Amino acid sequence: MEANISPAPPSVFAGGAPRRRLISNALADSCFALLARGSAFLTFALLLCIMGALVLGAWPAIEHFGLGFLTHNAWDPVREDFGGLVMIVGTLMTSVIALVIAVPISFGIALFLTELSPIWLKRPLGTAVELLAAVPSIVYGMWGLMTFGPVLGRYVQQPMQSLLGDLPVFGALVSGPPVGIGILSAGIILSIMIIPFIASVMRDVFEVTPPLLKESAYGLGATTWEVVWKVVLPYTKSGVLGGVMLGLGRALGETMAVTFVIGNVSQLNSLSFFEAANSITSALANEFAEAAPGLHQASLMYLGLTLFLITFTVLIISRLLLLRLQKYEGSGT
Amino acid sequence: MIFSEFSADSVAEFPASAPESARRARFRFRKWLNASAIFLSLFAMVFGIFWLLWILWDTCRMGLSSFSVAMFTESTPPPNEEIGVGGLANAMMGSLQMVALATLIGAPVGVLSGIYLAEYDPRGKMAVMIRFINDLLLSAPSIIIGLFIYAVMVVRFKEFSGWAGAAALSLIVIPVVIRTTENMLALIPIGLREAAYALGAPKWKVIMRVTLTAARAGVLTGVLLAVARIAGETAPLLFTALNNQFWKAGLSGPTANLPVTILQFAMSPYENWRQLAWGGVFLITLAVLVLNILARILSRGRGTE
Amino acid sequence: MKTSALSGANANTSTPVAKMSVRALNFYYGKFHALKNISLDIPEHCVTAFIGPSGCGKSTLLRTFNRMFELYPDQRAEGEILLDGENLLTSKQDVALIRARIGMVFQKPTPFPMSIFDNIAFGVKLFEPLSGIDLEERVEWALKRAALWDEVKDKLAQSGASLSGGQQQRLCIARGIAIRPEILLLDEPCSALDPISTARVEELISELKKEYTVVIVTHNMQQAARCSDYTAYMYLGDLMEFGATEQMFLKPSRRETEDYITGRFG
Repeated sequence: MEANISPAPPSVFAGGAPRRRLISNALADSCFALLARGSAFLTFALLLCIMGALVLGAWPAIEHFGLGFLTHNAWDPVREDFGGLVMIVGTLMTSVIALVIAVPISFGIALFLTELSPIWLKRPLGTAVELLAAVPSIVYGMWGLMTFGPVLGRYVQQPMQSLLGDLPVFGALVSGPPVGIGILSAGIILSIMIIPFIASVMRDVFEVTPPLLKESAYGLGATTWEVVWKVVLPYTKSGVLGGVMLGLGRALGETMAVTFVIGNVSQLNSLSFFEAANSITSALANEFAEAAPGLHQASLMYLGLTLFLITFTVLIISRLLLLRLQKYEGSGT
Repeated sequence: MIFSEFSADSVAEFPASAPESARRARFRFRKWLNASAIFLSLFAMVFGIFWLLWILWDTCRMGLSSFSVAMFTESTPPPNEEIGVGGLANAMMGSLQMVALATLIGAPVGVLSGIYLAEYDPRGKMAVMIRFINDLLLSAPSIIIGLFIYAVMVVRFKEFSGWAGAAALSLIVIPVVIRTTENMLALIPIGLREAAYALGAPKWKVIMRVTLTAARAGVLTGVLLAVARIAGETAPLLFTALNNQFWKAGLSGPTANLPVTILQFAMSPYENWRQLAWGGVFLITLAVLVLNILARILSRGRGTE
Repeated sequence: MKTSALSGANANTSTPVAKMSVRALNFYYGKFHALKNISLDIPEHCVTAFIGPSGCGKSTLLRTFNRMFELYPDQRAEGEILLDGENLLTSKQDVALIRARIGMVFQKPTPFPMSIFDNIAFGVKLFEPLSGIDLEERVEWALKRAALWDEVKDKLAQSGASLSGGQQQRLCIARGIAIRPEILLLDEPCSALDPISTARVEELISELKKEYTVVIVTHNMQQAARCSDYTAYMYLGDLMEFGATEQMFLKPSRRETEDYITGRFG
């Protein structure tokens, strides 16, 4: 251990007190180092334990269903026939909808905050975006259920159904009870929730662009849009992508914002965006506490394990991309 | 004008350039594109702020209208009770206990790990790995943490309990605190440490008395942010603490807490429950925003993330 | 308005024509008064150098010429900068068009995150919808002008960042001249370069003045002496002295200038 006190020098004191103090200091030092090291390794152990506990918990289902679980469309607790397809599709669909909405909006916000905003607005707006990223997801979920769902059902779903309902393909896409619950609502609520995240990461990476680089482009007569789109964005692309992946990770693993509004129906009835569905997280939130130990619970654990692996892949990619930006600061194209 | 000058000026060897009309058209198109982009960016900003203001407005409006003294003094009512009867006292109490306990467990572990990363092994291979894993845990789905605690605590002790809930929350505290502690310690100048070592102080004393003291505002910021984060966490409590309708002391057995109560009440068809859910959501939002603002004030002028 | 008002500059050759005239220019960073009532003429087809200790306002002055300061809301300029008789500061002309007439190269090389070819084509494509072959010709022309063609002709598709520092800076000069500006502003173009690259860039500067009006900011007096025709000495936001370089370095009319040039100060 890092006992950085050299072996006690010959003491000028006759008594043993200073020497004892040195020894006790060295002891305290090693204890402290051990404690700190132990805590740090706990993080490491934690990851392994989580992985282990999930695999162990899911084992009966893994054994019983194998990998086919992931593509099997069934969720029947009575006959103990389980497959994760609906939840996995629900999770992916809501996250994709969320990204499709959130990425352009966040890009616009970041562009506004870095290039367009008057100075006196920059800080308050930036702070507001950051604070909103801290609002707990249960708030978004509950607002989605109480306020947004009914509004969506009334002012979007009903008109769309009366407009497109009779057409062959589009009709199927918009069918379902117009109550504002389903994949689309969940996706929109998720997007509102991740916009502050992605926007603040994008703003931060845009701000690492050297001012000289931007000035060179402006100096050639480029417009603000050309500077951002052709110079800043290519320069920061790995960081921007990292931020998007971070947002995707959030969206995939989010529980409350989805559970409130997705409808929690574990069947894939139709293609409709308005149909109630289920996601991995909302299935866990709704069923796990009451699930009978055995195959039902193990299947839910299996779903959890799947989610864990998906989000970790996404997060690892995002971290690697953000690290790359730090390392090369965009110089390698 | 510029366009005519360009062509009049060109020397013999200068290669072909575009005719003036084409230049003008291109320039008009660029101006138009830029104006549209600026407009869309403005629209995005307004769009983003619009939703968020709408959410906050609803939360405040509905939350304040359902506020009453009973909310703080009475336990959760049965369904279909008259509005104004019953409150959230048991849920608040449970949440406070769990958050406090989770912070008490998570913060020291997080600070110690942060110390390890910043003071003992800032550039080692192990530290790089731990940092990476910590980043992953920081944004891992919180419901997974709940599953994990269910598997190791609830199954083992055969009951849902507030202890399990607190344990799940503490696992969320740790990565947040590690990250901020390490960042804050890294900001302390080397000279300060060297000055302390020069006096012959042992390493642990240097860290506790000098480095950590110098960085205490930043470290405290991290802890506050972590508390803000877990104050509204719902997913990890769903199958650890579960919920409880009654007032009870202590954390054994299923324990009432605000987030799960809000979930249950908001999803219910009963008007009195829904009212209370708004009140609860308002309380949580307020607490989280106040904690975040406090953290900001504490760390002002320091390079937090 | 093309009068020769080169005060105190009895140039060795025939009196040059002023390409750009600065009249009573004041500049502010917020409340800080950075340029105080500057008036001078930039002669056409000459190299004009701005020298002075750091913080004297020489870069600031350069950045008013293409209105670069407008990117920063707390900076403002008052007075007149006349380009062929038109005041740039109040001009109704779009700032992008003004900047196309006045190219700029910075302290550090700033290759855009794209290929060498695209670095040059970027500026050209902003203003001219050129076909593939015309564009290639233009890029080649600019690279040749910047004395870089032979070094990069086989790797035009590589990233601009893969070049050495000196090559990157010449790439930036090529990028600037590819859109055929009338004036080229160089803001300490050699401060990040090694001596050999510096020599090449200086050579290039003397070559460029045949077609362009060049203004260079430098902290290096030898550089000013070597490659400029006119020199302005600035100190604390004031224009202390302006005249033909030779005269300025041989017998400056002001004591302060002499102190700075001989290295007794600064």
